Amino acid sequence: MSPVLITFYFLAAFTLATAFLTIYSKNPIHSAIYLVLCMASIMGHYLLLNAQFLAIVQLIVYAGAIMVLMLFTIMLMNLNKEDEVHKPRITRLGAIVVFILMSVVLITIFINSKTIMGEYDSTGEDFQSIKVLGKVLLNEYMVPFEFASILLLVAMIGTVLLTKKEKEQK
Amino acid sequence: MDSAFIIEKSVFIVAVFAITMIMAMYSTWAERKVAAYLQDRVGPNRAGWGGLLQPLADGMKLFAKEEFFPNTPNRFLFIVGPAIAMSTALMTSAVIPWGDKLEIFGRTVILQATDIDVALLYVFGIISVGVYGIMIGGWASNNKFSLMSSVRAASQMVSYEVAMGLSIIALLMMTGTLSLKEIAAQQAGMNWNVFYQPVGFLIFLICAFAETNRTPFDLAECESELIGGYHTEYSSMKMGFYLFAEYANMFISSAILAVLYFGAYNYPGMQWMVDNVGVNAANILGIVVLFIKICFFIFFYMWIRWTIPRFRYDQLMHLGWKILIPLAIVNIMVTGVCILVFK
Repeated sequence: MSPVLITFYFLAAFTLATAFLTIYSKNPIHSAIYLVLCMASIMGHYLLLNAQFLAIVQLIVYAGAIMVLMLFTIMLMNLNKEDEVHKPRITRLGAIVVFILMSVVLITIFINSKTIMGEYDSTGEDFQSIKVLGKVLLNEYMVPFEFASILLLVAMIGTVLLTKKEKEQK
Repeated sequence: MDSAFIIEKSVFIVAVFAITMIMAMYSTWAERKVAAYLQDRVGPNRAGWGGLLQPLADGMKLFAKEEFFPNTPNRFLFIVGPAIAMSTALMTSAVIPWGDKLEIFGRTVILQATDIDVALLYVFGIISVGVYGIMIGGWASNNKFSLMSSVRAASQMVSYEVAMGLSIIALLMMTGTLSLKEIAAQQAGMNWNVFYQPVGFLIFLICAFAETNRTPFDLAECESELIGGYHTEYSSMKMGFYLFAEYANMFISSAILAVLYFGAYNYPGMQWMVDNVGVNAANILGIVVLFIKICFFIFFYMWIRWTIPRFRYDQLMHLGWKILIPLAIVNIMVTGVCILVFK
């Protein structure tokens, strides 16, 4: 076995183990820390594929920003057993349906992306470098890229609007 | 990859590690001396000449102290906290170019541990992970004040990271690269980035203060409100690691400030030195120049600490979100217009 393959098996085992521990931990903080480790190990997978930029972005965005905010929120909340709200059955059913739909989308993306990866490989261009990545994103995928950023902007404005207290009318 | 390459890099990495440690050690000494100077006192002067052995004595004391554990169910996380703080403080030095190159036994030695394509983003990634040291340590202490301190640290870091990232974007638009080695090389002569990006530099400097938890932004360890902050429950060398990590962070962020905005290892007349005196002499002088710049920034950190009082927490958030971020965005737009007009 090549060293790359051994590293991959080790990393994959680590990713799966931390992902399961995230679900099974009783303590929400432990869950969040396992999720951080899971995110960090996914960064290792990206590095194995020689995708430096993606790996670093994974570290900054997921392990760095999102998980810090998540831990922050968990620390602020009062998570005692007795205060836990009882969730109706329909929300659990909804969660399962959403999960199945999401996995269908992810699997389709995975199957379709394989052929595109092959095309890039055959051109011999270093499609992992930031220069090529930036050019592809802002030429070929310009419209989806801009739509994604508008979506994020709208989500951000929506959050600000929700947190804003309404002014009392005199 | 030949064995000489591996030996060369190993020696270099160990040297950078040792220098970071020594600089962090003597920063604690310098901090006391600067404080004493600004407050018209003498400062440490018992151990060694001018108190120069004081850091060693302090280290010995911390190692010899009793190791105390609070009543916490998370003993493992309690130990992991300072370990993360220390290791993330040391990891950033991997991408900093300490000099141009040296020629030893016919080999060209690049004075940088690794030159990756995304060096600047790597620095940001490590900084954003660094906050876990404080958060996990503060939470595992099982103490309300420690917890409040770690919550403060987290929100402060997240808010100032945004402004820091935005201030860097304007610089990247100018340099067109994320590699610290190339950014350093572009500033040859007196072509320093600070002359082109004064506003960006100011924002970056303020955010660097916030990211290293230094006064006026040290609300995470604000004694009058939170006892000792996140390290209230820590003792012995675990406490030492937290304090030491702060000084190591200060050294690394000074190095990044010097590399990004103050011309890195470049000095006026460097090309003349290379032509007339030799590559090695010119570049060793370059390393010395870089360290002088770094020492200036470390002094600047201390100067501010003993001059400006601590902010209130709402003032900190106001400055971060309502002043620095809009200013950074305006800076990006102005930079874009200037690039369009002048290039």
